[in-house]
Amino acid sequence: MFELLGIPPQALFGQLLLGLINGAFYAMLSLGLAVIFGMLNVINFTHGAQYMMGAFAAWLLLGILDVPFWASLVIAPIIVGLFGIVLEKLLLKRIYHLDHLYGFLLTFGLALVIEGLFQWKWGSSGAPYPNPIPGGFNLGFMFLPTYRGFVVLAALVICLATWYGIERTKLGAYLRAATENPTLVRAFGINVPRLITLTYGLGVGLAALAGVLAAPIQQVSALMGVNLVLVVFAVVVIGGMGSIMGSIVTGFGLGLIEGLTKVFYPPASNTVIFVVMALVLLIKPAGLFGQTK
Amino acid sequence: MNATRIGYAVLIVLALVAPLFAYPVFLMKALCFALFACAFNLLLGYAGLMSFGHAMFFGMAGYFYGHVVKAWDLAPEAGLLAGVGGAALLGLVTGALAIRRQGIYFAMITLAFAQMVFFFCVQAPFTGGEDGLQGIPRKALLGGLIPTKDDRVLYYVVLAIFLFGYAAIYRFIHSPFGQVLKAIRDNEQRAQSLGYEADRYKLLAFVLSAALAGLAGATKAMVQQFATLTDVAASTSGEVVLMALVGGLGTIIGPVVGAFIIVTMQNYLAFTGEFVLVIQGAIFVVIVLAFRKGVVGEFAEWWKRRQAR
Repeated sequence: MFELLGIPPQALFGQLLLGLINGAFYAMLSLGLAVIFGMLNVINFTHGAQYMMGAFAAWLLLGILDVPFWASLVIAPIIVGLFGIVLEKLLLKRIYHLDHLYGFLLTFGLALVIEGLFQWKWGSSGAPYPNPIPGGFNLGFMFLPTYRGFVVLAALVICLATWYGIERTKLGAYLRAATENPTLVRAFGINVPRLITLTYGLGVGLAALAGVLAAPIQQVSALMGVNLVLVVFAVVVIGGMGSIMGSIVTGFGLGLIEGLTKVFYPPASNTVIFVVMALVLLIKPAGLFGQTK
Repeated sequence: MNATRIGYAVLIVLALVAPLFAYPVFLMKALCFALFACAFNLLLGYAGLMSFGHAMFFGMAGYFYGHVVKAWDLAPEAGLLAGVGGAALLGLVTGALAIRRQGIYFAMITLAFAQMVFFFCVQAPFTGGEDGLQGIPRKALLGGLIPTKDDRVLYYVVLAIFLFGYAAIYRFIHSPFGQVLKAIRDNEQRAQSLGYEADRYKLLAFVLSAALAGLAGATKAMVQQFATLTDVAASTSGEVVLMALVGGLGTIIGPVVGAFIIVTMQNYLAFTGEFVLVIQGAIFVVIVLAFRKGVVGEFAEWWKRRQAR
């Protein structure tokens, strides 16, 4: 057996895998936040609640209708995404002309309502979701549970697909143009309000998809998104919301840093991301991938 | 102007006789939150900076107070000073970093720092972790002159602290410093071009607001004799935003009204458990969509329209 700085390799790689998984969630959630902010100018505080709704949707689909995990992976984000579209149509669209602050407060209030209702109905202790692909591989230096490996790969694919959709397709080009100058894009005959609604639905769906992926790893509980969304805010501050690829790289990178901290100095693992945020603010206030605005 | 004076006189008389009609501990708690909300509003209403992490000053000051008075066995005055000073120092460090970004990023950064402080408090030995600091002794103030074992006596002490904080905020807002702050809020580039260093004014406002939030938090620990994680949690940061918003941002008395409304509501709805959060969230939504000026702001508007007729 070899050892690295006195750390057994199983522990090191185990924590790195955990960090990678957390990073996958940070990346997916900060990506959604960035896409929504770009179009709506709203920081979606409800993101954590919608992530939780995704996990709950999968759990309820399984429990009540016996829908398997793989179907939930598609159905749950659609359900939650549609819920997001309703929210946008009913509430969010009324505040676009106001200061950013009001969007933040409105979505914060919505998150309280949603999380409170789920907690009231199902309590705050979690419910387990069965692992859809049990088992794993022995890689020699560590044991890799198949599902966890799948989550990292799936998140990577989802993130890259979102990047491709926004940066390389025609619809994405419309989106970027509408972010830049909505009035002009409207003059070309493109329905910008509908584009905004769809963007919100997409961002919310992404959060829900992350929630479904998280369900077999974490307990499905009403408060699973509360602390996560706060960490994701720090991730967004570190990366800056200007670049899609930036969100992905920052998300995964910070997950790894968190994992490493857990190996070398466990008490700081909860706070390390915030420390990184403070350092980034000192050195490059606009964020690693952000433009100064 | 005269109506305002009469209004203040009525409020002060009400505050003086209030313990005859209401439970003093409840009143003291409401006063602490009222001061906290005023401190928050100094920042958002007058400097245009929305801190979503003010609980870190409020809650940490409570821990500082408890530690100084219980573990070090010093006088309560020293505890209050430690609370104010500690919160101001924390405000200086976090504020200096947070003002490097603007707008909504500022809110996210303060929120993130508050979360960091929260995690620190969960682990740090002197906060008592999940249990919090319990049984902080209530000692007599001014070297034994004012006994504080009796809730009714302590109420007047808390009222005096509140009035001191309120008067300080009133002074700040109506001083040249306050005018510059408002100028920066309305148009930062313009204020900068007139020679005011916006960042220094913003930082000073942030530190003052943190210090006053600390005064409120330390006073709360003195009254309730404990300091817990709830006071540093993100939910408390949200609560103070709600209080200021319900009462009316940018009005000096609004946060006081908002704090009393929210604390009363929590008191009467405590039996519903988690549902309080749902109601608070719903209030957020309704206020943002329909009553952005808050109770006091809407009332002032109505009064103005009436006068104009």
